[in-house]
Amino acid sequence: MTVAVHKTQRPERTGSEEPPAPARRARTVSRSVIVAGILVVWLVLFAVLRGKQTLSLAAADLTDLHRWFNDVNDSIGANRNSNPLFLYFFNEIRLVIDTLVTFVQELISQPPAGRPVPQIGWLGVVGIVGYVSWALGNWRVALLAVAGFTFLGLQGLWQESMDTLALTLSAVCVALLFALPLGVWAGLSDRVNRIVTPFLDFMQTMPTFVYLAPLTLFFLIGPASATIATAIYAAPPAIRITAHAIRSVPETTVEAADSMGATRRQALLKVLLPMSKRTVVMGVNQTIMAALAMVTIAALINAPGLGATVVQALQSLDVGTAFNAGLAIVVMAIVLDRVTTAASVRADTARGSDSPFLKWRRHLVVAQGVVAAVLVYLSRTYLWAAEFPGEGGTGSTIAKAATDVTTWAQDNLSGLTNAFRDALTNGLLNPFQTLLTDSPWWLVGAALVALGTVLGGWRAGATSAVCVGLLIGTGVWSDAMTTLASTTVATVLVMLLGVVLGVWMGRSALVDRLLRPSLDAAQVMPPFVYLVPFLALFGATRFTAIVAAIVYAAPVAIKIIADGVRAVPGTTVEAAMSTGCNTWQIITKVQLPMARGALTLATNQGLIYVLSMVVVGGLVGAGALGYDVVAGFSQGQLYGKGLAAGLAIVLLGVMFDRITQAAARRAGA
Amino acid sequence: MARHFRAGAAGLAVLGLTLTACGGAKVGDDSAAGSGSSGKCGTFNLAINPWVGYEANAAVLAYVAEHDLGCKVEQKDLKEEIAWQGFGTGEVDAVVENWGHDDLKKKYITDQKTAVDAGPTGNKGLIGWYVPPWLAKAHPDITDWNNLNKYASKFKTSESGGKGQLLDGDPSFVTNDEALVKNLKLDFKVVYAGSETALIQAYRNAEKNKQWVIGYFYEPQWFMSEVPLKKVSLPEYKEGCDADAEKVACDYPVYELDKIVSAKFAKSGSPAYDLVKNFTWTNEDQNTVAKYIAVDKMAPEAAAKKWVEANRGKVDAWIK
Repeated sequence: MTVAVHKTQRPERTGSEEPPAPARRARTVSRSVIVAGILVVWLVLFAVLRGKQTLSLAAADLTDLHRWFNDVNDSIGANRNSNPLFLYFFNEIRLVIDTLVTFVQELISQPPAGRPVPQIGWLGVVGIVGYVSWALGNWRVALLAVAGFTFLGLQGLWQESMDTLALTLSAVCVALLFALPLGVWAGLSDRVNRIVTPFLDFMQTMPTFVYLAPLTLFFLIGPASATIATAIYAAPPAIRITAHAIRSVPETTVEAADSMGATRRQALLKVLLPMSKRTVVMGVNQTIMAALAMVTIAALINAPGLGATVVQALQSLDVGTAFNAGLAIVVMAIVLDRVTTAASVRADTARGSDSPFLKWRRHLVVAQGVVAAVLVYLSRTYLWAAEFPGEGGTGSTIAKAATDVTTWAQDNLSGLTNAFRDALTNGLLNPFQTLLTDSPWWLVGAALVALGTVLGGWRAGATSAVCVGLLIGTGVWSDAMTTLASTTVATVLVMLLGVVLGVWMGRSALVDRLLRPSLDAAQVMPPFVYLVPFLALFGATRFTAIVAAIVYAAPVAIKIIADGVRAVPGTTVEAAMSTGCNTWQIITKVQLPMARGALTLATNQGLIYVLSMVVVGGLVGAGALGYDVVAGFSQGQLYGKGLAAGLAIVLLGVMFDRITQAAARRAGA
Repeated sequence: MARHFRAGAAGLAVLGLTLTACGGAKVGDDSAAGSGSSGKCGTFNLAINPWVGYEANAAVLAYVAEHDLGCKVEQKDLKEEIAWQGFGTGEVDAVVENWGHDDLKKKYITDQKTAVDAGPTGNKGLIGWYVPPWLAKAHPDITDWNNLNKYASKFKTSESGGKGQLLDGDPSFVTNDEALVKNLKLDFKVVYAGSETALIQAYRNAEKNKQWVIGYFYEPQWFMSEVPLKKVSLPEYKEGCDADAEKVACDYPVYELDKIVSAKFAKSGSPAYDLVKNFTWTNEDQNTVAKYIAVDKMAPEAAAKKWVEANRGKVDAWIK
């Protein structure tokens, strides 16, 4: 769900560039004329050809491709116990990872054989967490970490949280084992980078539902499958950011090392890696966040922990309990995020600093280490330190409050929300969807390719053509168009929110400080938690799916736009003010045009985040590709169709990513 | 100086902790209790499919297996398809509420021979179209499918493209609804809610706000004890009338819900297998336990305990 994080690095650069030249404006105008022209032609042809060659496929119908996927799946399942590839390859991997996860679990969450409680009890874990975050970061984050972990216990979710932590840590370890070397390699070699990038795109946009079932086929049910699923999803950010970090080391520094006669290996170990340490740690941070985002999905293949609590609560529509567990995930994410961020800052400042209290710090590290060790010892020996005391009363209070708030909202707001939903669905979504699904496939395809070419250039146009061709090949064209309509509407709404809140945040540091924690929480809170209240407010409709997608995608867009607006030089704004511009004029004539690069990037990220919610949308009435994917996960004979639908989501993602990126380059150039 | 002080304080704290700690109960003092349950049963891997009715079956079976037979029960949260996959790999011993799934039976029982049928659970599974109680009361004739077209326009929503909306649920449910709508010439469109949660929430809203909703639902289901939905009668089911999926024009059959176990488990001689095989109860029994879990928010184990203690006779018949 965190797609293409490396791109978020860009706004600082694009945002500050001056838009020169009236000549450019002439070109932009002509471009928007062409776009309008394409749309007019499309509308006219649609009116004539409506309902012909729409390639629609009923819910239970399959194409040959889907059947072929089914057969492959079945034959793997049938031959699993005799195939040497399984016996000597997959089973071995599974064994190693199972051992790792079980080891971590027995350490902190599950009682090992012969002990009623895990090796390290809650006090020990809190002690270690505090110590590690202090040693890697500073005392402020250590305090936050200790408070956060204690809160998990007070919520009555200590063991679930530790299961989640154990799984997250194992998955992150496995992911980094491959991601860091691969990232370094991609950073050093352009060719590797070019080869790896499409695979990373694929790993991040392919809905995880699609590969959960095959994974259990390869690695059986159990912690190994859950860990591997999480690692696959979480590795790409670390690879991308590591490559980016290696690439951003200034050319001159590398040349200096070369001129001093450093070998390639020395240059890498002594110059490139140390200098990119900070960014690499940020990559680790993103990987942890992505792993946490998988917690609820992995619960569907028996991953223990908070995700299981959320999923179970959902079955009886128990919003309160689901929210309580969701909140625990948010707390854990915030702690891990702040600790790794602080660690990356430390990695930066510690390098080369020779200050006098470095010596003191060393003593303190030892002293604190002793404290942590004592706490661990206590938690191994005494029950009160091993099992979190109390009944988790805070948790039930939180659950009750969440239930009350949702009930109130459902009782008092549903009239209003239904009116809003109907207006938007009938006024915008339905006409647009009809245009996409009822036009002949070749007309929509041609329009997409033409728009891609005009907005993004020839290469983007060629990519669109390939994607359109493959989309037709998946056999779920009509569903893809339905999904495209909803995701486009969702993206438009995300951008509206993004501009309004982003500008507001960009212009006021206070607003930024107030809003940012809620944005963080919205990104990490598992969508399963807010599905029930949204269902109550908006019913099982496409609109509910759109709202859920907005909650997940808007924070990214808002943050990027806020950064873009903030990057507009203060002098420019002052100059505009001195010529008598009012606030509205400054925003519309100065700040937004100058943050154009950030706006395009926000559209790109917004759309990709929206696409990653398509499957969740399928659970609440959005139908189309999301439903196909879920159906493929649930029913054997629809497996192939679900896989094809997953591929279609990837193709939509790639197409829009390439078009918007090319457009962004043009806007920035 | 401040740092000095902090280190000192930390040291004092450690000392204090170690001193006060000596009074507490030690880990391992009562560890004998934990390892007492190692009878001949061994480990019993029980799949938990994601609906509350299933959870009720599983909770009671797990409780009895643990407390009466001394098994170590591993409960695994899995969707049906994946649970069946687990029979072959030895990761799953039993699925204890199966709805039809002829395709899976063919694949795993007939072809791969990794699973076997362990007989009915005693529950009768009803699938069909349901309306909220207020609607059935206000328009009693609505429970006959012949009258549905008369009301079709009332069921219109933003999703149904001008026709009445027939709401379907989770994709893993057995459904003929698209064919039914077509073959019974109903002016309705099937809209997929996508999950059981969405379906239940739709009925809950409909009953509360007197909205028009008709959709797919099933019994036994805990939600029936909150909102007793009314079933709409479709043309009567006759043997074989649903043979051709394209031409179905009759109601769903009454499903004999059954239990499926892995072939290995069936031959293992584990008392847990006999328990699963002998286990039967009624829809009321299941609804009672499901209500404890879903409505009264009891933990599955506590719900099972409450029911088992009140129905000792039934339980003894399973493990005799």
